[in-house]
Amino acid sequence: MIAATEPIRILPKSRADGGEGQFLEVSMGPQHPSTHGVFRMDVVLDGERIVKLKPVFGYLHRNHEKIAEHETYLGSMPYTDRLDYFCSLTNNWAYALAVEKLAGIQVPERAEYIRIITAELTRFQNHAALIGFLTQDMGASGTPLMYAFRERETILDLFESLTGARMMCNYMRFGGCRVDLPAGWLDHAKKFVATLPRFLDEFERLLASNEILMARTQGVGVLSKELAVNAGVTGPVLRASGVNYDVRKVDKYGIYDRFAFKIPMGEHGDTYDRYMVRLLEMRESLNILNQALKDIPEGPIVDPKTRIRGFKPKPGEAYGRIEAPKGELGFYLVSDGTSNPYRYRVRPPSLMNLTVLEQLCIGRNVADVVVILGSIDIVMGEVDR
Amino acid sequence: MTLENIKSEVEAKVPGCALEIVANPSPSGQHSLRIDPAHAVAIAAFMRDAEHLRFDYCSNVTGIDWPGKEISEKVKVKKLVDGVEQEVEEVRKSQTVGHLEVVYHLYSMEKKHGPVILRMRTEDRAEKVHLPSLTSVWQSADFQEREIFDLYGVVFDGHPDLRRILMWDGFKDHPMRKDYVEPDDYEYEPTAHDEVLERARQHRTVMGAQ
Amino acid sequence: MDEQLKTELRKQGIVATTLQELYNWGRKNSLWPLNFGLACCAIEMIAASMARYDMARFGAEVFRPSPRQADLMIVAGTVTKKMAPQVVRLYNQMAEPKYVISMGACAISGGPFKQGYNVLKGIDRYIPVDVYIPGCPPRPEALIDALMALQKLIDHQPLTGADRPRHLRADAPSEFIVPGFGAHDLEPSQNPEVWNAPLVNISLAGTDDAGKH
Repeated sequence: MIAATEPIRILPKSRADGGEGQFLEVSMGPQHPSTHGVFRMDVVLDGERIVKLKPVFGYLHRNHEKIAEHETYLGSMPYTDRLDYFCSLTNNWAYALAVEKLAGIQVPERAEYIRIITAELTRFQNHAALIGFLTQDMGASGTPLMYAFRERETILDLFESLTGARMMCNYMRFGGCRVDLPAGWLDHAKKFVATLPRFLDEFERLLASNEILMARTQGVGVLSKELAVNAGVTGPVLRASGVNYDVRKVDKYGIYDRFAFKIPMGEHGDTYDRYMVRLLEMRESLNILNQALKDIPEGPIVDPKTRIRGFKPKPGEAYGRIEAPKGELGFYLVSDGTSNPYRYRVRPPSLMNLTVLEQLCIGRNVADVVVILGSIDIVMGEVDR
Repeated sequence: MTLENIKSEVEAKVPGCALEIVANPSPSGQHSLRIDPAHAVAIAAFMRDAEHLRFDYCSNVTGIDWPGKEISEKVKVKKLVDGVEQEVEEVRKSQTVGHLEVVYHLYSMEKKHGPVILRMRTEDRAEKVHLPSLTSVWQSADFQEREIFDLYGVVFDGHPDLRRILMWDGFKDHPMRKDYVEPDDYEYEPTAHDEVLERARQHRTVMGAQ
Repeated sequence: MDEQLKTELRKQGIVATTLQELYNWGRKNSLWPLNFGLACCAIEMIAASMARYDMARFGAEVFRPSPRQADLMIVAGTVTKKMAPQVVRLYNQMAEPKYVISMGACAISGGPFKQGYNVLKGIDRYIPVDVYIPGCPPRPEALIDALMALQKLIDHQPLTGADRPRHLRADAPSEFIVPGFGAHDLEPSQNPEVWNAPLVNISLAGTDDAGKH
């Protein structure tokens, strides 16, 4: 649990802090059974109560942005898979979207449909796994996570038959997708999506009105609307605080304006709302999936005019963003006219959502920190890049 | 609401500031505003609070390194050649200072518009690398400005907690700068080619051929 | 003892074995991994312990949060220079006998992130590794394969003699130096007791002669 050089320190309390006794400074992580990846928090405790909490990053800083400056534009595509390694397909899409903006590339209709189908499947499995991990953090050792991973494995099978890889799909290309859907994939996907409402009902019955879950999450880690907006929080965490902002609706990137779906929003901004918003979002994803699987047209999957080799966008810059399962994922690219980007920057939703972690945790108990962190949904590959 | 409107409005409301529109030739058409560091906080606060702008959400904060370039120009100089004064062409080389740039992408969650892009520049890359921090206006700039401080070495004045964020505290370099030299750990490169092969060869020469 | 005789005896309900067999049989079937993931590979490690792949069949499902209780360290993911000291320290805190599986391209050599300034080019620069699994990330089946390879390795470890494993030798080290944070890099940048650069003829690589024989 403790791996810092000076894991525990005792700090004297000043008179201004009131009361007697001492503060305890504890280093939680970076190897910790409940934290999501190699993440460390310097926590100052007054008994069980959190007085101060400073997140420490960088234990998975893999220099993605520096490496991308030495790679061609296409060469960075496989690296985007490894940012948020739960959601490689949405990462691919965000990067492809930014490059398409930079070079002015159009995407054929069928490719747009495939992108939406894969992105919503990704969102579904991300939220399911997140709820599993969240309950694991509360001590529900394994069972909900096993339920979530059962569905996730089936979704990964779909990804594998489409892209060749379970997790690192490397599937999108500038102006479309890499390969067309294999024969029978659509039928398979339709059949599978038809089973998902049953899973969701089961998953909801299992947890949503569970007394322990409610006791551990309701009123815990309340995030106010104003703070959420000012701190740049995005995704389900933002919407749980009652802010109606979804990039799918605001930017209408891809062809999201053709689909009828709702944006679930929370009221209290607590951990339970963050859990519930994700559960409802999964139902909306199914909505989109049903429409997309029904309407997908025939046609080319990549714009034949785009050049894969020798791709050199004109000098300039572009910022492209999508609604990834964890929030707004953006790519900022600066081109100097060569085949490598001059500057390549990822706007990671996980890192931005962590900005409010200290404010959410202060005054709560140590055990709540793990639950609050779980509900923010971070992946270190994206936080540290 | 065009960028020109925003520019003239900000210039009218924030006294003494000078904005400049930086055109973006790429098809994305995302042009940006260069602001002067002295008025940055006032401009940012105005853009956040003004009734019809309401840029309440600062999405992305980025650093860019623009190292100094070598400029060579041909100058005609009069010189004594073999005792006769002649006009000779000479190539003069000069070095520009270069600068670090910080880019802010702003959106409005209330009005659902954006992005508006703000840029700021440092004076050079060595000593005068101070810029005002906009964390007091948007808390979302907190970690991202720390990251720029860590990887580019821009010092944000007024930042509440300016420490390294990704690298460890004792680390001395700013690795995202273009002239950063990474540590030499090229002992073993089984399939070395191109740049890597060159680095591996250099390592062998430095450490003595094995 | 003669194998045939042993089988014959077993049919009669008599089990004859050696202490070494019994000891190794027990150890190999209750490998407790350290609950510790670094990056993408950790997700596949979790998937391997879930219902579909079910690592419990091999006696390795009890992920221990404390290094003191763990036998096996699965280095699952990219080891960055900032994380390397902690990984080595966790390894040092594990009790002997202990084993290491280096899971994925990153833990083996840095993998796709090899050119990164903060990426360690393989955890075997600091701690000894027993099994390497290539892949980015390796599939759960690959992890199970590695586990079975490790079980075979344990099964063949003699208790006595010159070839006995490290944990039975008093003179062999069980802890290794923890690297410190330097101004530009880790110090030392590798542990020569554990790792030496393999000799490759680098002068040939990349020239026209390379690969012609």
